[in-house]
Amino acid sequence: MVRTVSSVIKKNQRRIRILVAKPGLDGHDRGALVLCRAFRDAGMEVIYAGLLPTPEQVAQMAVDEDVDVVALSLLNGAHMTAFPKVKRELEKRGGKNIVVVGGGIIPDDDRKKLEKLGITGNYGPGTPLKTIIDHIVKRVKKERWLEK
Amino acid sequence: MKTVTEGSFWENKIKSIRSKKRETDPKLESEVERWYEKVYLPSLKKIPERKKEFVTTSNIKLKAVYTPADIKDVDPIEDIGLPGNYPFTRGIHPTMYRSRLWTMRMFSGFGAPEDTNRRLKYLLSHGETGLSIAFDMPTLYGYDADDPRAFGEVGRCGVNVSSLDDMLRIFDGIPLDKVSTSMTINAPAAVLMAMYVAVAESQGVQKKALRGTVQTDILKEYIAQKEWAFPPEAHMRIIRDMMVYSTKEMPQWNYISISGYHIREAGSNAIQELAFTLADGFAYVDLGISAGLPVDSFAPRLSFFFNCTMNFFEEIAKFRAARRIWATVMKEKYHAKDPRSLILRFHTQTSGASLTWQQPLNNIVRTSIEALAAVLGGTQSLHTNSYDEAWALPTEKAAMIALRTQQIIAEETGVADVVDPLGGSYYVEWLTRRLEEGAYEYFDKIEKMGGVLQAIKSGYLQREIAETAYQTQRKIEEGDSVIVGVNAYKIREKKPIDILRIDERAQQLQITRVKKLRENRDNQKVAEALDLLKQAFRDDTKNVMYPIINAVKARATLGEIMNVGREVYGSWSEPYLL
Repeated sequence: MVRTVSSVIKKNQRRIRILVAKPGLDGHDRGALVLCRAFRDAGMEVIYAGLLPTPEQVAQMAVDEDVDVVALSLLNGAHMTAFPKVKRELEKRGGKNIVVVGGGIIPDDDRKKLEKLGITGNYGPGTPLKTIIDHIVKRVKKERWLEK
Repeated sequence: MKTVTEGSFWENKIKSIRSKKRETDPKLESEVERWYEKVYLPSLKKIPERKKEFVTTSNIKLKAVYTPADIKDVDPIEDIGLPGNYPFTRGIHPTMYRSRLWTMRMFSGFGAPEDTNRRLKYLLSHGETGLSIAFDMPTLYGYDADDPRAFGEVGRCGVNVSSLDDMLRIFDGIPLDKVSTSMTINAPAAVLMAMYVAVAESQGVQKKALRGTVQTDILKEYIAQKEWAFPPEAHMRIIRDMMVYSTKEMPQWNYISISGYHIREAGSNAIQELAFTLADGFAYVDLGISAGLPVDSFAPRLSFFFNCTMNFFEEIAKFRAARRIWATVMKEKYHAKDPRSLILRFHTQTSGASLTWQQPLNNIVRTSIEALAAVLGGTQSLHTNSYDEAWALPTEKAAMIALRTQQIIAEETGVADVVDPLGGSYYVEWLTRRLEEGAYEYFDKIEKMGGVLQAIKSGYLQREIAETAYQTQRKIEEGDSVIVGVNAYKIREKKPIDILRIDERAQQLQITRVKKLRENRDNQKVAEALDLLKQAFRDDTKNVMYPIINAVKARATLGEIMNVGREVYGSWSEPYLL
């Protein structure tokens, strides 16, 4: 995809657009809904993917909505399958610049593996909202700087 | 023609609570006043209180102390009464735990069916008295192990069941006439219940002898846990058929466990948990009545499932209020006559959401306190969470400590020796009343919206919970609520505990099994059974339990059966919740 200079500038200046999603069979949406509200209060444009989308659907939605970030949450233990799948599906659809962050019940070893795939954050229960928001802002800033 | 407009049942209840005033000793009132002026206020000046305002999770403002003057709206006979007597505020049995302790029912399940079979036998051999099965996500949503949507989730947060063969493996060597089994399953509850009936048949156990519970409560799925398969009306119709079937054929079977647990875990406060759960309960009573069942024929078998979290006295008050509300409404609104229709029996689970990832051993203490509140609240059965559950499914060691927690409360503390020991506490009785009043306000509001289904479809109930969850989180962020180890008393930790890793082989094993089953069974018979089922789904006058049992026995898989429903009913997507 060829980007025009003006669209890059525009994207770099706009508010952070973030897609919050739970890819897979997991209805534990408390954390995701709290984050949606927190991201909104932090000035982001929030899109919530609703429940039970497949990783493919999440990736498609992210590209269609032209988001900066996909924030994934799973508490069902399937993060090692679902998170990397979203990332791969994003790349297939030309969304390799979209920042992917994760969260949920993620053991340390898994966190390291996800990190290597470029899926960062992976915060567990009890993480302050500010930590999560700061992480996202930092990653988007870097991504936008690299894109320039 | 009536000239005075009568309020709704709920409006009248609220009014009657608010207008209730008993006489109290005038000496007491002046003594309280004196204390406030001469003792309390001067003391505040010297030593101010820790907080500007003390509130419960439901935002009920608390005074420094409570006296008989605060419970003028609570009648010692009418409202508190005695255990085993209407309105059952003090407990559903006259002797409570003096006769029989609560059932220690530990929720377990993971991996392949044989893994769970081993864990169940382990728990039975260590004094557990009732089984409780956790299923994995594909099973909860009604997909087979080999469905692409199930990949990565098979056996992860519970045991996988794709066909009757898996249920036979779970209960291998466990005689179903000797145990009571609780199955946490909702959208596909009818299918799992059918499988249980078929397992019993294979063991030569009669349906009449089966004791246990299937959760079945789909309303709280739409409200909180969000594990549904079809639109609400379709699920309600299937539940209606389960009610009718069980009422006739399985006299000891609880076909529904009306659950506040998930409503609370999703972020609600105590009043919301109480109100939304009981509102669901009344919706099921309406459903039974609409199916032509007399209220006393089915109400005795409705049971409840509550959360117990950290705000100790508010939780105890919640349980007491729940019993009083249920008894009152069943009697006054539904005109139930059988005393068993009036009693609210409930299972309790300590709160998973209260457990912290940080300093996980502290969770043993949290669970103990919650379990104690559940016992003081008069629970009939209890699951205590394991300290490692903010990390993963529990290890055997952690599950053992959780069970021991209950045994210590039961055997060593003496709290089980007197019925409702907190009854009559000015504070607890006052708080019980406030929770009751708050619940009635919600019932009134929900009815004015057109009932629970309507309140779900508009997203009202879901948004109420999400809003409370966000406010709770903000209080933690701002330090107004302290969670030890999370926003205070923090330490650096490196891998504080060992956790359970699920054997990856379980997924492959289950996929292979269900594929093999499809090759080896009589596929003609399966197709016929599924066709019969489809007709029953389409014909509202049929009872779907019979064709479901038939299909299960023909070895139709869980996913195949649920797919017939998806074809007939379609699926459901939530209203917008932000």
